[in-house]
Amino acid sequence: MKQLLSFVKKEFYQVFRDPKTLVMLFGLPVVQIVLFGFALTNELKNANIAVVDNAKDQASQQIINKIAGSEFFNIQKVLTSSSEIDAAFKEGKIKLAVVFPVNFYNDLMHTNKASIQVIADASDPNTATQLTNYINTIVSDYQSQLSPNSSVPYTIIPEVRMLYNPDLKGAPNFVPGVMAMVLLLVCVMMTSVSIVREKELGTMEILLVSPVKPLMVIVAKAIPYLILSWINLAAILLLSVYALDLPIKGSLFLLVAESTLLIITALSLGLYISTVTKSQQAAMFASMLGMMLPTMLLSGYMFPIENMPVVLQVLSNIVPAKWYYIIVKDVMLKGLGFSAIWKETLILMGMTAFFIVVALRNFKIRLE
Amino acid sequence: MRPLWFLLQKEFRQIFRDKGFIGRLFIAPAIQLILLPMAANFTIKNINIAIVDHDHSTVSQELADKIKSSGYFKLTGYTDFNSKADKLIENDKADIVLEIPDGFAQDLIKEGSKKVAIEVNAINGVKASVGFGYLSGIMTDYNNQIRMEMVEPTPLPAQPDIEVVPSFWYNPTLTYYIFMVPAILVSLVTGIAGLSAAFNIVKEKEIGTIEQINVTPIKKWQFILGKLLPFVVMGAVVFSFGLLIAFVGYGIAPIGNLITMYTFLLVFLFAILGFGLLISTYTETQQQANSLMFLFMMVFNMMSGLYTPIDSMPQWAKIITHLFPVSYFIDVMRMVVIKGSGFADIRFHILYVFIIGLVLNTWAILNYRKTT
Repeated sequence: MKQLLSFVKKEFYQVFRDPKTLVMLFGLPVVQIVLFGFALTNELKNANIAVVDNAKDQASQQIINKIAGSEFFNIQKVLTSSSEIDAAFKEGKIKLAVVFPVNFYNDLMHTNKASIQVIADASDPNTATQLTNYINTIVSDYQSQLSPNSSVPYTIIPEVRMLYNPDLKGAPNFVPGVMAMVLLLVCVMMTSVSIVREKELGTMEILLVSPVKPLMVIVAKAIPYLILSWINLAAILLLSVYALDLPIKGSLFLLVAESTLLIITALSLGLYISTVTKSQQAAMFASMLGMMLPTMLLSGYMFPIENMPVVLQVLSNIVPAKWYYIIVKDVMLKGLGFSAIWKETLILMGMTAFFIVVALRNFKIRLE
Repeated sequence: MRPLWFLLQKEFRQIFRDKGFIGRLFIAPAIQLILLPMAANFTIKNINIAIVDHDHSTVSQELADKIKSSGYFKLTGYTDFNSKADKLIENDKADIVLEIPDGFAQDLIKEGSKKVAIEVNAINGVKASVGFGYLSGIMTDYNNQIRMEMVEPTPLPAQPDIEVVPSFWYNPTLTYYIFMVPAILVSLVTGIAGLSAAFNIVKEKEIGTIEQINVTPIKKWQFILGKLLPFVVMGAVVFSFGLLIAFVGYGIAPIGNLITMYTFLLVFLFAILGFGLLISTYTETQQQANSLMFLFMMVFNMMSGLYTPIDSMPQWAKIITHLFPVSYFIDVMRMVVIKGSGFADIRFHILYVFIIGLVLNTWAILNYRKTT
C-alpha cells in the first residue's frame, strides 16, 4: 500500500510540474463552455442580402422596408439587374437576393396575385432555407396587413409548451456533450500518452523492475487523472449553473457517480490504447481516432443520430459517450432518478469490464 | 545553402522510414472524409411524434394521417391517455406530443376555433423549433383544407396573395455534404500539417537529438525552412488525396480553378506550419505540444465556421476567428469548390493569411534558441 502511495505521489509530481499541460487540461472545459455558451449558435441574425427592385412601386418599397427593419437581414447591396447576383454570390458578400418583378403592385391590386423571387446562395443549405423562411414570414406578415379585417372561421390554434428548455437555448444540449468530451479527453488521451511516454523514453523499464506489482504501476498512473477529471467535472458543473443558468434538476450524487463511471471507462480505454501502441504520436493518433472523433460525431450532441445512415446509427451504440450523454440529459435536465437510466449504466459498466479485461491481457511486464 | 539541403534530406528520409506515419497520413483523411459528411447532417427529419387523441373523430384522424404522411415525422404512439404520452417524452420515445382534446371536431365547427396542446422536448432547441415549425405548417395546411371544404368556394382569391418563389443556387437539392466536404478537407490539412510540424521539433528536443543539430553551422532560418518544407509537400499530398476522395466518394468536383485553390493552399500551409513551429518552440515535450495543439485545434474547428455560421457569432468571437488562418481557408474552399469563385474574389483572403503567416514564422524564428 505504501509503495502504491509513493507511486501515486510520483505521478502527481509529474503532472503538476508540467504547467503547460495543466493549463490545457483546465483551460479546455472553460474554453469549451465559453465557446458553446456564448459564441456558437445556429441562429442567424443580420445576414447580408441584396435586393433587385424592378417594380419600384409602393408595395415593393414597403416590403423592402420591412426586410431592412427586421433583425435577420441587413441590405448590403441594391442591384439593378438579376444578372449581377451571380458575381455578388461569388464574391461572398451576400447570402440571398430578393427580386421584385415589374408591375408588382399593379398585379397585386388588380388580380390579387403577385410573386417575389428569392434566390439563395445554397452552398450553405441550412442558412439558405432558414433565410428563405424568414423572408416568407415577412411577406405573409405584409400580406395580412393588406387585409386586416377578414375573419377566418374554423381555426385550429396550437398551444405549445417547450419542455425542459422553454427559451430554446443551446446550453442544455451541449453541456452534457462537453462533459463527455472533456472527461474522455483527459482520461483516454492523457493516460495512454503518459504510459507510452515512459516506454518511449525508456523509464518504463525502471518502473517494471521496482518492487511494486506491474498492475499497481498502471493503477498509480490512472489515479491523478481520475482526480483531475473530478476537478474538471466540478468546474463544468459550476460554470454551467452559474454562468449559463442551467440548473441540475436531478440528484447531484447520482450525476457524479455516473460521471465517475464514465471516467473509469475512459481510463480503461486509455490503458488499452497504451498497451497496443509504441510511440506517443501513435497513442495520440489512436485516442483521437478511437475516442474524440466518435464522441464528436456519434454521441448525438453535435449531430442528431436519427438522421444518420443506419450503419452509423448501429455504430453509435459502441460509443461510450452516447450512453453517458443520455444519462446526463436524464439526470441533469429532466430530473429523473436511477430507475430511468439503469440500462445505460449497465451498458457503460459492461464496456468498462471489457476494456479492462482486454487491456490486462495485452499488458506486458517484460520488455520486447 | 548546403546545410539546408542536408537537413531536407534527413527530414525526408525520416518521414519515409516511418511506415506507421505514412499510414496515418492517409488513413486519417480517408476515415474522416468518409464518416464526417455522413454524420454531420443538420437536416432535421424523422422526428418522433406521439398523438393523444381524446376526440376520435374523422377530423382528428385525418389530421393524424396528414402528419404521418408528411415525411418529417415518425408516429411512435397513438393513444388516448395523457399519462402515457408524458412518459414517452421522458423516455426519449417521442420528441413531440400532440394532444387533441375531447369534442375537437364539434367545437371547431360550433365555436369557430379550438385549441390543441403540443408538448415539445426542447433540450435540443434547434430541433424543437424546427419540429414545431413543421407541425404547425402541416396543421395550417390541413386547416386551409377543411376551411375550403366547409366554406362556399369563391372564384377569385378574396385577399391579395403574394407568392414567394425560392430558388437555391449552386446546390439546388440542398445536399448537406456538398457544404461539409470542402470544409472538412481544410480541418484535415490543418490537423495533419500543424500537428506533425509541432511534434517534429519537440520530438527532437525530448529525445535529445536537437543538440546535434544545434552544434552544426546551420542558420536559424535554414533550420526552420528545412523543417517547414517537408510538411508543405506532405500537406499538399494530403490535400490532393482528400480532393480525390471528395470526387470519387461524393462526386464533388471543384467548379473553380485548381490553380487558385493550390495557390491559397500554399499560403495557408505557410501560415499553419508557422503556427506548429511556434508551438514547438514554446514546448519541451510531445505531451505538452499535443495538449496545446489540441486546445487550439479545437478552438479553430469550432470557431472557423465549420459547423456554425460565423455571421451569427458575437463581435468579439468574430475578431478572434479572423486572427486564425483556418476560417479563411474554409471560406475559400467553399467559395471556389461550390460556387466557382475566382482569384479576384479571394485576393483579400490570400493577403490576410499571408500576413498572418509572416507574423507566425517570424515569431517562431525569433523564439527558436540554438542554446538552452
